[in-house]
Amino acid sequence: MAFQMNEILFRVGGAAGDGVASTAETFARLCVRGGLYVHTYSSYQSVIRGGHGWTQVRASEAPVLSQGEDPNLVICLNQETANIHAPVVQVGGALLYDGSLVKVDGLTLRKDVRKVPLPMNETARGLGEPMLKNVVALGAALALLEIPFAPLENGIKETFGHKKPEIVEMNLKAAHVGFDTLQGNGGPLGLGVQFSKYPGRMMITGNEAICLAALAAGCKFYAAYPMTPASSILHWLAANGPRHGVVVKQAEDELAVINMAIGAGHAGARAMCATSGGGFSLMVEALGEAGMTETPVVCVLVQRAGPSTGVPTKTEQGDLNLALGAGQGDWPRAILAPRNTIDCFDATVKAFNLAEVYQTPVILMSDLYLGEGFRTAEEEQFNMAVPIHRGLLVDGNGDGKDYLRYKFTEDGVSPRAFPGMKGYQFTAGTDEHMEKGILISDVLPGIPEWIEERRKMMDKRMRKLEGLRHDLSPPELWGATGADLTIVSWGSTAMTVREAIIRLAAKGYKVNALEFFDIYPFKAEETQEILDRVEKTLCVEGNFMGQFAHLLRAETGYKVDHMLTKYDGEPFEAREIVARATEVMEHGG
Amino acid sequence: MAVELQQYKSEVKPDWCPGCGDFAVLSALTKTLQVLALPPWQVLVVSGIGCSSNLPGFLSTYGFHGIHGRALPVATGAKLANPELTVIAAGGDGDGYGIGVGHFLHTMRRNLDITYIVMNNEIYGLTTGQASPTSEKEHKTKSTPEGVIENPINPLALAVASGATFVARGFSGDTKTLADVLVRGIKHKGFSLIDVMSPCVTYNKVNTYDWFKQRVYVAEKEGHNPKDLQAAMAKAMEWPNMDQKRDRVPTGVIYETDAYPTYEDQEPALKRFGPPVKQKLGIDDPEAVLKEFY
Repeated sequence: MAFQMNEILFRVGGAAGDGVASTAETFARLCVRGGLYVHTYSSYQSVIRGGHGWTQVRASEAPVLSQGEDPNLVICLNQETANIHAPVVQVGGALLYDGSLVKVDGLTLRKDVRKVPLPMNETARGLGEPMLKNVVALGAALALLEIPFAPLENGIKETFGHKKPEIVEMNLKAAHVGFDTLQGNGGPLGLGVQFSKYPGRMMITGNEAICLAALAAGCKFYAAYPMTPASSILHWLAANGPRHGVVVKQAEDELAVINMAIGAGHAGARAMCATSGGGFSLMVEALGEAGMTETPVVCVLVQRAGPSTGVPTKTEQGDLNLALGAGQGDWPRAILAPRNTIDCFDATVKAFNLAEVYQTPVILMSDLYLGEGFRTAEEEQFNMAVPIHRGLLVDGNGDGKDYLRYKFTEDGVSPRAFPGMKGYQFTAGTDEHMEKGILISDVLPGIPEWIEERRKMMDKRMRKLEGLRHDLSPPELWGATGADLTIVSWGSTAMTVREAIIRLAAKGYKVNALEFFDIYPFKAEETQEILDRVEKTLCVEGNFMGQFAHLLRAETGYKVDHMLTKYDGEPFEAREIVARATEVMEHGG
Repeated sequence: MAVELQQYKSEVKPDWCPGCGDFAVLSALTKTLQVLALPPWQVLVVSGIGCSSNLPGFLSTYGFHGIHGRALPVATGAKLANPELTVIAAGGDGDGYGIGVGHFLHTMRRNLDITYIVMNNEIYGLTTGQASPTSEKEHKTKSTPEGVIENPINPLALAVASGATFVARGFSGDTKTLADVLVRGIKHKGFSLIDVMSPCVTYNKVNTYDWFKQRVYVAEKEGHNPKDLQAAMAKAMEWPNMDQKRDRVPTGVIYETDAYPTYEDQEPALKRFGPPVKQKLGIDDPEAVLKEFY
């Protein structure tokens, strides 16, 4: 287990409204400031007050690939947290709680787990601010983890410095109570994590990375209807977009959202919208509208556990078939599925460019796990000077004579004109139409000449798939070549698979990963070439049906040897993948 | 700038049934655009699905013939992307008051500077004669052989109640009033609803030209003050209503106010940077944006 050294697994749990997420975020920021890499995962419920939620912060001297497993310490903001999490605290770890509130006597703990009562509520009451109880616990955590006090002090000053200095003072006092209690109560846990000078790394969620990329790529119109786990995109862009000229519109429903984005795209603005599966289902008809009218639009689908309302605050990769099959009839689309925050950034930039170059919808598939969790990122990964390709446009200074909006071309892409350009007027139709845009759907179907024209127009649109396929990246083979087992994954699961492979390597197993992130149009030839060279395969994906494995088979004829699916709402843990891979290699299935 | 009337017409001949009320709307709209001297390339006409939603294709302005019920959100997106365009949405009663009624209410409460022309024939024409949201009670249609048992939507009352700042009714059989409300509606700065009684000669054998001719009157000519909100609501409720009083159908401008700003005038990004389609892409100050993530 050498791999798990030099890292902290910090967990805080309580009822909704207890400040679980903010406490975890403060801790994560402290770790980033102290030179560590972090990864956070929040398990929460669809309640505003009450219930049980918890956040885990994994912090390490080396880059972190997944949320990690059993915690070293748990801050229990209520009894339920202690009941649920105490049994999984690692050997030698600690439980922090307010002794007047939480009883730990009957709990089964692993070896050498310390019970550390803290005067959290009493201190907070004494200072006149109930939420300071969490700061008491944070102070204690610092002492346990041997984190110097200065970063917390600076963090508190940064957060509250603009407010009254009394608030800074109160926070520091609360933190000191916790810190001092621990110093006289058994001392640190001895995890051996070394803190260093702040190296200037960012801490960012997948959703925020999408927002940054949208700004960089010149998104000027964003519409959304609130839906977990996509809402934080709306929140960030609403707060920051207008300062950069982005019109941000919360609409009445997702039907309006996607149609507004299409209207903005038609008028010539780079437009984006985001939702989760339920909202995406409402957008389905309009995505076909964009495909048919050849209007660029970027649609972000941050998946959560379905079906239907499903488990709204939980993660899943269950919407691939939905994205692949969205809309009646055939129309060209691209589907991108980022693996991590940097992919979120790059894929968003790519999505805007592909949407405009090919004048068609691009679907960006993330999920709750990637969208909402914080990750550290190197600053150079988010280079905001991104390439912007607007695709084929008319020469706006021409006279527009004989302009054919849907001109038959070799690559299926016809020059685009925007309303307002003199002489290029056309009507974009969702009915089948001629090169000029004139409908052939009403009085011409069945007439031989127009039967042919309809076929040609379908062919023209669908030819864009070849260009899209060319512009997408093939899957990446990660890890050593000549592996005995190749783990296939798509989207956000890839990073946890990598961690599993590192652990498997430590045990002497030769395993590598085949990671798909540009999903559709499928890079069948390149994929086939890679598959020709692999031994056994195990497909790991977060849904019931094995939707990606089906796509892989449909596109290449390749049937993966083994499956590991997960659909309980929780993200994959590396140990689950290690276990399944070991089973496959030791027992053949 | 003067533009020939011919220049607003496309090469496509309308495929509506002979006698359809929509011809009068197309003709009045074409003339209105000329009267207002709006260059065809500065006009975007957005529609949904239905007989009347074919209208954009018969004009030589820019057009977007979208999917059923979604003309208003498309028009909204286009207007916000380029507020310099004259944006007109057009369609039928099924499109706007049935499948798209949610967008109808929300677009009105935003008071975007969009003109919405609804060709209201109180029937589903393109799908061959089923009841529509404005079909009157007792109307026997293919889908209601024993008569409609719901109350019809009153679009004008909804509009007055929902924040539309210009509400009018036209009638295809009265081209003078139709032209008047179109000119005033498009000139109006804010959301304009123009509900046009546009008879379906094929499937609606009840609400015919004659039926309307016996009932329509121009409200303003009888002293109606469209600036008076209470009077406007009362006028809107004259027909249709739950009492099934059908003797008189008010037309012309029912409600009109310039007391409220448009959505575009208040939109934070538009106020600071102007039309999105004219902005430079990308950002100038990446450090300022990235700062919060450190």
